[in-house]
Amino acid sequence: MSDVFTVAPEEMSPERDAVLALLGIPAGTLLGDRIERLYTHATGVLGETIAPRGVIAEIEGEAFDAVYAGDGKNAAETPVALVSHRAEFRALFAVTLGEPLSRAVAECFTGADFALGYTLDAMASVAADAAAAVAERRFAGTLRERGWATADGAVLRYSPGYCGWDITGQRRLFAALQPGAIGLTLNDSCLMQPLKSVSGVLLAGPRTIHRFPPTFDCCARCAERTCRDRLATLFAGAAH
Amino acid sequence: MPPLTDLADAVIRGDHPQAGALTREAIRLAIEPKTILDDGLIAGMTVVGDRFRVHEIFLPDVLLAAKAMYAGMDELRPLLIRDGVPSLGKVVIGSVKGDLHDIGKNLVGIMLKGAGFDVIDLGHDVAPEAMVRTAKEQGAAVIGMSALLTTTMPVMGEVVSRLKAEGMGGTVRTVVGGAPVSEAFAREIGADAYGFDAGNAVDVVKTLVGRR
Repeated sequence: MSDVFTVAPEEMSPERDAVLALLGIPAGTLLGDRIERLYTHATGVLGETIAPRGVIAEIEGEAFDAVYAGDGKNAAETPVALVSHRAEFRALFAVTLGEPLSRAVAECFTGADFALGYTLDAMASVAADAAAAVAERRFAGTLRERGWATADGAVLRYSPGYCGWDITGQRRLFAALQPGAIGLTLNDSCLMQPLKSVSGVLLAGPRTIHRFPPTFDCCARCAERTCRDRLATLFAGAAH
Repeated sequence: MPPLTDLADAVIRGDHPQAGALTREAIRLAIEPKTILDDGLIAGMTVVGDRFRVHEIFLPDVLLAAKAMYAGMDELRPLLIRDGVPSLGKVVIGSVKGDLHDIGKNLVGIMLKGAGFDVIDLGHDVAPEAMVRTAKEQGAAVIGMSALLTTTMPVMGEVVSRLKAEGMGGTVRTVVGGAPVSEAFAREIGADAYGFDAGNAVDVVKTLVGRR
């Protein structure tokens, strides 16, 4: 059974340093007045146009394996396969910030408000990640309400297109999750519309299940390395 | 020529109302449109580009400057057309078929225009035949392609193959870019060049058309 939800804007306010990083501005940089004004303007537009929604559907291990297999294009060994087999619970999920925001970004560019459009796009990317983090917390909360009491239990998300899960995996994920309920569609290239959306699997278990050595073939090709940051949030203050 | 120095400064500051007003003033003073373009608008954008390259300013600053340049170009464009002033060259750009991401492609287009190129932006989800046909009809020197998905990258190769099949491989050069794209991929599909970001894409296109 699917859990369709809306995300409160205060739960996913984009972190300033993350937005600035996407704009190519190092953390701690003192911004000039005009960039500060631009940032404030973009924050206002984001608040007016964002309409975040999400859907979560728990899935059993074998059923997830079938979804994960996708079009058969995953690497033989991947972090997603490793972690999913260690997980106690799994759920497919998708979150979207909605079409009005994507339209607002596009209109900025057609109206020559390039800087505003670019800043708004960066904010939206960070907000989409924050919305996905809301899905993680929501699934963890649901499990705990059901009595999940694993010590150091943690939920992390993994998405097609990352960690060895080929992006064509979106097709089976969408077929199983049916995120049309929140206005999400998939095109022939496995691209989600609206663009500012995140989908994937939520994997729950002791936090150590999410540890993997970055030695998979896909790790060598990965330019993002965000897994390190995500793991760091799980083990903050603890010895790794 | 102080009005043009002021115009360049307005572009550098990203002051679009002032850039538009100073362009109108320069036109009123009967300064040649090509001179206004080169010594005012492009001169300003060149300074902005140089400062961006050495990290003195950031991309939002460049985009504010571009808006100012566009305000000047809106005033100047009819006169440039009337005088038949040539651009640095025509560049057809687009995000390839199946790809709806166009922020990166937009940045490339903005910076190419800022450098003096005539940019024909076909938008996103552009079929290979549309890119090749437009380049042929418009007499473009370069096709610039963007992809943000591994699933859409092969379309870039289709464009390159189609150009060659139509005998345009030697006249229309190709440049590719986007997060999953690499120099090695560009070589693999036979593209002429790879641009790692919007600023670099401008340098690469200048090289392709022999303007560097």
